Amino acid sequence: MTGMVVIGASAGGVQALLTLLPALPADFPRPVLIVVHVPPDHDHGLAGLFEARCAMQVREAEDKQLPEPGTIYFAPANYHLLVEPDGSMALSADDPVNHSRPSIDVLLESAADALRRRLIAVLLTGANNDGAEGLRAVARAGGTAIVEDPETARVPTMPAAGLALCPDATRLAIDAIAPHLVRLAPSHVRP
Amino acid sequence: MNDETPEPDVDDIEIELLLEALYRRYHYDFRHYARASIKRRLIQARGRLGMASFSALQDRLLHEPEMLAKLLNYLTVQVSEMFRDPSYFRALREKVIPHLRTYPSLKVWIAGCSNGEEVYSLAMLFREEGLEQRTIFYATDINPKALKAAEAGVYPLDQIRKFTENHQKSGARTSLSDYYVADYDRAIFDSSLRANVVFSDHSLATDSVFAEMHLISCRNVLIYFDRDLQERAVGLFDESLVRRGFLGLGRKESLRFSDHAAGFADFVREEKIYQRRER
Ligand SMILES: C[S@@+](CC[C@H](N)C(=O)[O-])C[C@H]1O[C@@H](n2cnc3c(N)ncnc32)[C@H](O)[C@@H]1O
Repeated sequence: MTGMVVIGASAGGVQALLTLLPALPADFPRPVLIVVHVPPDHDHGLAGLFEARCAMQVREAEDKQLPEPGTIYFAPANYHLLVEPDGSMALSADDPVNHSRPSIDVLLESAADALRRRLIAVLLTGANNDGAEGLRAVARAGGTAIVEDPETARVPTMPAAGLALCPDATRLAIDAIAPHLVRLAPSHVRP
Repeated sequence: MNDETPEPDVDDIEIELLLEALYRRYHYDFRHYARASIKRRLIQARGRLGMASFSALQDRLLHEPEMLAKLLNYLTVQVSEMFRDPSYFRALREKVIPHLRTYPSLKVWIAGCSNGEEVYSLAMLFREEGLEQRTIFYATDINPKALKAAEAGVYPLDQIRKFTENHQKSGARTSLSDYYVADYDRAIFDSSLRANVVFSDHSLATDSVFAEMHLISCRNVLIYFDRDLQERAVGLFDESLVRRGFLGLGRKESLRFSDHAAGFADFVREEKIYQRRER
């Protein structure tokens, strides 16, 4: 199994992702899995929105499918997205976590478990604490934690909560994240 | 890339042993459930049941049968609604029912019926469409507590608003309030709705086919299984369905990647309703 990038975003997240994702090249060598909080009962078209703007392929995550490099996967509205030990994606309709379904913690914790040092996790703007525990789990498993700089994030609460639990995370302004991922990803295994 | 030798994770070893113990002792087989979400739920169980480790939990489970019911409530997910995803029920009503009308008698299997929300939904729909009298519904699940709740047909009143809204969106010809009476904070559904329902304990993981069905509705159950177990369950559906019988799955479930895909045709693609091909 190669590495993987996982991203969590909440309030202001679509805007932030509109900066980050189009800056990733078509041949970005990792799959990118994303949870964005959106209102439930909203069968959103996040994949559709980003497809036209990104060089990478963009899809909605499907249950029990192996994610592919060069492809971005969004968690569907109202389902948690998890990474199975074999690296495949799984959906679940379990209760919300941190009042959210999909929840960022659920994605990050399962991905940390499955990928350990091969995981890069990014926590972006948001108005709640979802993702903070997940980021800590990523760091504990030896993965790489990146946080959008709360000083410049649209809504600082979520990245600040991430930094509080995971102080060693790399802090970056939103437009510095994609170049950083491009530098890290090709050879990415943390020593 | 220096290939890491993954250090074995103690929790993972213990979980595997716990699931094996559960199977060998009580014949509940969770060994082929999607592991990441089972692990989350077991971590929750370990905390709430006050156990220091999964091994401690296993010890109690092996020696105290009362632990089984408790653990099952963590291992199975009982999130449901009446007329969940109303467009699914609308598609059944508009596209599937006209075919079912051509049979003099009908069998419908609701596999993984949870607390019965889906069962009552289908009973109401069949009544509205005038097919209830010729139908036997088989409602199955592995969680005894859920099956009991399904047989009782009593739901918290605060869920009724959502149920009513869903029912309307499903193209209802009647009002949901025709089917229940309110009693304090509970809604008690008309027992005549279950006159043709057989509730029983049946596992898609360990049991086999028990009757020939015209419609199988199995929603938001396969999603909890790994690929192998999904194949087993779909195999059971394939075997039970009459030729040209119908299979309805959950919104994010699909036969697209299944070994059984060739045996089914898309019937209402967006709603994951399939029709078994003639063979
Ligand atoms: C999320 S509920 C789905 C309820 C309903 N079908 C719906 O879509 O709203 C999943 C149900 O599947 C049941 N279940 C889990 N494993 C099963 C198995 N091996 N065989 C039959 N039912 C199972 C659980 O006990 C639970 O009641």
